[in-house]
Amino acid sequence: MIASAPSADPPARPGDALRAAAAGSGAAAPVLRVSGLTKRYGERVALASLDLALASGQFTALLGPNGAGKSTLFQVLTGLFAADAGDVEVAGHSLRHGAAAALRHIGVVFQQIALDLDLSIRRNLLFHADLHGLPRRLALERIAADCARLGVEPDLERPVRELSGGNRRKVELVRAGLHRPAVLLMDEATVGLDPKSRRDLLAALREDVRERGVCVLWATHWVEEAEAADRVLVLHQGRLLADGTPFEVTAALGGATLEQGFIARTSGPGEGGAR
Amino acid sequence: MSTRGDLAAVGARHGLAHALQGLRAIVVRELLKFVQQTGRLVSALVRPLLWLAVFGAGFRSAAGPAAEAPYLQPVPYDVYIAPGLVGMVLLFNGMQSSLSMVYDREMGLMRLLLTAPLPRPWLLFGKLCATALLSALQALAFVALALLLGTQLPVFGWGGLHALVALVAGALMLGALGLLLSVHIRQLENFAGTMNFVIFPMYFLSTALYPLSRLKASGAEWVYQVARLNPFTHTVEWIRFALYGQDPGAAPWIVLGCLAVFFALACWGYDPQRGFGQLAKRGG
Repeated sequence: MIASAPSADPPARPGDALRAAAAGSGAAAPVLRVSGLTKRYGERVALASLDLALASGQFTALLGPNGAGKSTLFQVLTGLFAADAGDVEVAGHSLRHGAAAALRHIGVVFQQIALDLDLSIRRNLLFHADLHGLPRRLALERIAADCARLGVEPDLERPVRELSGGNRRKVELVRAGLHRPAVLLMDEATVGLDPKSRRDLLAALREDVRERGVCVLWATHWVEEAEAADRVLVLHQGRLLADGTPFEVTAALGGATLEQGFIARTSGPGEGGAR
Repeated sequence: MSTRGDLAAVGARHGLAHALQGLRAIVVRELLKFVQQTGRLVSALVRPLLWLAVFGAGFRSAAGPAAEAPYLQPVPYDVYIAPGLVGMVLLFNGMQSSLSMVYDREMGLMRLLLTAPLPRPWLLFGKLCATALLSALQALAFVALALLLGTQLPVFGWGGLHALVALVAGALMLGALGLLLSVHIRQLENFAGTMNFVIFPMYFLSTALYPLSRLKASGAEWVYQVARLNPFTHTVEWIRFALYGQDPGAAPWIVLGCLAVFFALACWGYDPQRGFGQLAKRGG
């Protein structure tokens, strides 16, 4: 369905339930709520009064072409930039009025790999654990368990510089989840990865969603990644173009496939931000 | 509102304990990186030692011994420039910290730091403490080597302790300046500009190498005036006067005032409303 035209149907499928949460019906308490979020860079509007509500235990793909506003949204959600208007609530904490409390519940993997290449995996992860106030013993336990789960435990003492791109991403995923956040933000995290590493990363995330009830917001411009999500948000020129299950979004975009509809609705003049 | 997120956060420290843990993490990380970069320590020490050994000897006869406050009697030139060379170590490391910040930003590590659930000024304060600690350690290593080379400095006693306080304050002030500069240096390649427009003018337009009175006596009025206003001059003079048990006058207040101003401006530069470090004026 098109996000700007809410349905009157009763919630029956995942997309419906989440939209109901967004509307505040109480069907599922949103763990991430974005209200009227607006961000401008000079004259250019990167986010135009965006509203979102994401619930726990859902894998949501944020699909958008380059310049759609995905990275800006992530920068605002992580407190790197302040929005010009609107607010973000994470687990009930306002980013505008209590950034530290809100950021405790967010884990993030940025598009650019952000690890200290000179330090070992363990040192990188301990640094993050300390920044989040994890007691040392708890941090070491989680590092050992999470690295074992993703298969990077044998490399714990190796400098990150010596790791492959896929393993670096796995370390970033471990780091993002080390403080057990309620929300995981993944900004085009599979860019540059080989197919196996992409599959492994997505499988690990799926496990986090299923077993820990994490809310994952996965920004991508790979339609095939979005097709496997519980819910798809299509962002274009800073506005939400469509919101629902992959099936619903495909229908709403009017293409035979999600990819066709996405390309048809997001190609053409005026890309790079709303005006 | 009770959520799964609140439950997940159980186990993490809060408040002061968390803040101190974060501060320690930032400082330890910088120390670990410094230990791995032995070349950095060597170059940090070779630079002032060359000045001490070569320029100190070369200019001893040309410049002659200084005989004004804080010295009670004429001193050799190497003794005169030693506090200036301590300042040089602090200045270079302070600027190096801005390079490190820009590197971290280009590598994406600044994003990670600034998304930690701690107040941003506190995170920047952690960076500043790490820089100051490294600067102070390098400066102390230089002093030890200078003593071994025969430069007679009265470092033992109350004067030495006061000089240590001055040294740490100077390290913090110059670190804060580095932090502020990192807001405006967008790429690593621009660091050469910092060398040309910040480090060299600050160093040469100061009392590190020659007393203010000589600048005035030689008729270099504008150099004299700039050197008087240069906060680096006051860092060096504070160390110099403290070392000889003399009243440093307004120097401590100027150094601490500059520290407060530079740090406040750096925090403003890294404010989320302004992005962080003038970065990413783009969407996507």
